[in-house]
Amino acid sequence: MRRNWEAIWMVARREFVDQFRDWRIVAPMVLLMALFPFIADDTTQEAIEFMGRFGGNLILERLVPFVILVIGFFPLSFTLVVALESFVGEKERGTIEPLLSSPLDDHQLYLGKLLVGIATPLVFSFVSIVIYLILITRRDVAFPSFYLLALVLLLTFAHAVLMVSSAIVISVQATTVRAANLLASFVVVPVAFLLQGETALIFWGNESVLWYAIVGVTLLSALIVRLGVSHFRREYLLGREIDTLNFKQLWLVFTGRFVGNAESIRDWYAVELPETLKQIRRPLAIVLLLGVAAIGASYLWVVVNVPGYLDISPEIENRIKTLVNQNLTDLDDLSGQISAPVLFYHNARAVVIMLLLGVASFGTLGVTLFLVNMGLVGGVLGGASLLGVSPGLLFAAGILPHGIFELSAVFLSVAATLKAGALLVTPQQDKSLGELLLVALADWSRVFIGIALPFLAIAAVIEVYVTPQLLKMIVPYF
Amino acid sequence: MIETNDLSKQFNNNFWAVQGATLNVQPGQILALLGQNGAGKTTTVRMLTALLAPTRGYARVAGYDVTKNPKEVRMNVGVLTEQHGLYLRMTGDEYLDYFGKIYGLDAQARATRSKYLLDYFGLAEASRRRSGEYSKGMKQKLALARSLMHNPSVLLLDEPTSAMDPESSRLVRDEIARLRSSQRTIVICTHNLAEAEALADHIAIIYRGKILLNGTLDELKRRVLGPMEYEARFADAFDASGLSLPPGVEVVSRSETSLKFRIESPQVANPKLVHALTSMNAPLISFHEVSRKLEQVYLKTMAEAQGLAYAA
Repeated sequence: MRRNWEAIWMVARREFVDQFRDWRIVAPMVLLMALFPFIADDTTQEAIEFMGRFGGNLILERLVPFVILVIGFFPLSFTLVVALESFVGEKERGTIEPLLSSPLDDHQLYLGKLLVGIATPLVFSFVSIVIYLILITRRDVAFPSFYLLALVLLLTFAHAVLMVSSAIVISVQATTVRAANLLASFVVVPVAFLLQGETALIFWGNESVLWYAIVGVTLLSALIVRLGVSHFRREYLLGREIDTLNFKQLWLVFTGRFVGNAESIRDWYAVELPETLKQIRRPLAIVLLLGVAAIGASYLWVVVNVPGYLDISPEIENRIKTLVNQNLTDLDDLSGQISAPVLFYHNARAVVIMLLLGVASFGTLGVTLFLVNMGLVGGVLGGASLLGVSPGLLFAAGILPHGIFELSAVFLSVAATLKAGALLVTPQQDKSLGELLLVALADWSRVFIGIALPFLAIAAVIEVYVTPQLLKMIVPYF
Repeated sequence: MIETNDLSKQFNNNFWAVQGATLNVQPGQILALLGQNGAGKTTTVRMLTALLAPTRGYARVAGYDVTKNPKEVRMNVGVLTEQHGLYLRMTGDEYLDYFGKIYGLDAQARATRSKYLLDYFGLAEASRRRSGEYSKGMKQKLALARSLMHNPSVLLLDEPTSAMDPESSRLVRDEIARLRSSQRTIVICTHNLAEAEALADHIAIIYRGKILLNGTLDELKRRVLGPMEYEARFADAFDASGLSLPPGVEVVSRSETSLKFRIESPQVANPKLVHALTSMNAPLISFHEVSRKLEQVYLKTMAEAQGLAYAA
């Protein structure tokens, strides 16, 4: 264990010392690190004066933590180059082969690079933040509490780990430093968006919510590190000089996996699809469990908490019921409001979005979106319960008829998304990351095309033409 | 030792970089791997270093299977790569110390070994300068020192004397010869045929991933260029028409003052042939083996592989 960490430290230390020996790397970093706190301090003063004129004290209280977050992010974005060129740069300079020929383990090499990739930007980020904190002591602005400051610093740390772990995955997979630098946008831009969301949380004022962001970003970083270590192969680093995009080959890999050994559609449904379903049994169980838990938790939250926020008097309750009764009894079907194809399109799009988010986050964001949807279902049932409507009856008449198909399609698709995410972070010696991605997409497509799309089509028809009738039938029992 | 059987490597684009390489290099032997650029020499060496996984076949290096025990293989192999691969902002001292640490040497061993190698390769004075300031030859010597730092039992050297001046090349060749005498197993990839001829016990010629020839220099010469040739030189014009040739001897060319023979078994035939010549009172000045270079073997093999005519 000790030898293991010594080896990781050895790799990191050499690179750390090496980069500080090159003034062309150090000078711009130091300059930007030192300059930005002064600019931010000046901007803070402008903001104080501006808010002072218009009475934005609430915003002023949150200004410093926000600026700290931005100052922390700024050096991360320009020192990312250290991580981006960590492997591919050594490959271009020809220094990687002696290192790869050494007895260092793959994870020692990878984590060593990761460590230096994280340490460098963090040094610059934290020094920038300290300079800024010293500068603003001269200003008439609320200094953040120690707790909030600690949260923002933790968040900056989590950003560094997220960006660097992604950059190192890029560095291992890229064939040239130029390609790696071009791909940097795929790291910087999403984190910039994330930063905007976190800024909203800071200005919202509920500091503890920042913990969710910290945990979420850390979890994602851990998955990316896992992905990187799983797919780190000496052979790929040395074997690929030029990456040619062979669409025919990509298509062959995808269709080969999608079709399998089936010779007809019937064959495919009888043999291939069941095989995929067998493979997603465990993720499906997890998704079912999470889905039911989300519905239950949301239902309970609404039933317990909403009465505290909203005072639903008998008069309001009657007015809502009348409104619902009128709307439902006037409605034979939903075709006047929304057509079955449009509904089908919306649902199918939602499932695809879950996949895209899932692939980008190893399943996590896809599952999160799914949980939000399940939470809405629980919330509606909870709301109905508060109005005195039996949630069981509402579920049986308003959700279950089309839900049998729609929820099944969603559960299966999300399970396939989760499986795809898990596949990406699982070591596979015989497949590259690209091949694995194609295999994961092909498996997901089997479920989506083979089951989800037909089920969503049936669900849309039932939801438009049958569900309103059933709801009408239970109105008298409201 | 190095032992491979049917060692093959196919890359993703279905290109076979190496196909069916079977090699056996014992401790105290040097194998020279010869071939054009892209023939598969580097891929072979990378498989022997456990950097590339063989698609087919197996390789054992220093007693370890390259697929099952890659770490042990790397621990016992010293590699000089095609490019020197130095960290140019590190000094020679630091560089050797860094790799010594990677190979698990303690501080004392690192200092001793590093000093010895820097002294041996004449880099002691430059040891505190950054390697980026070194000449090409100095960089190559430092890279070679790195590959020897952990005293490996197997050495895989890709162009060990490229970019070196004649003195340094000689120094490196001497060191390689010394390493052979200390029972190291050595593989050299080189384009320098004279160097291969001077150093190698075995030579393998690789073309488009396949080993075309593998054996000792004498075996290769015999196989490619035919039986050995000997030349008799005379002081005056000599009429050899009455000369009776022993079995297995044929005259390849003749002039007034010389005769060239191709001889199947020199040990048996040569004494008889010399006796026959002296019996005829031939004014013999010398009788010697006609020197045949590895270059001829290599060029002829390559020409045949490419379907071209070989011009000797």
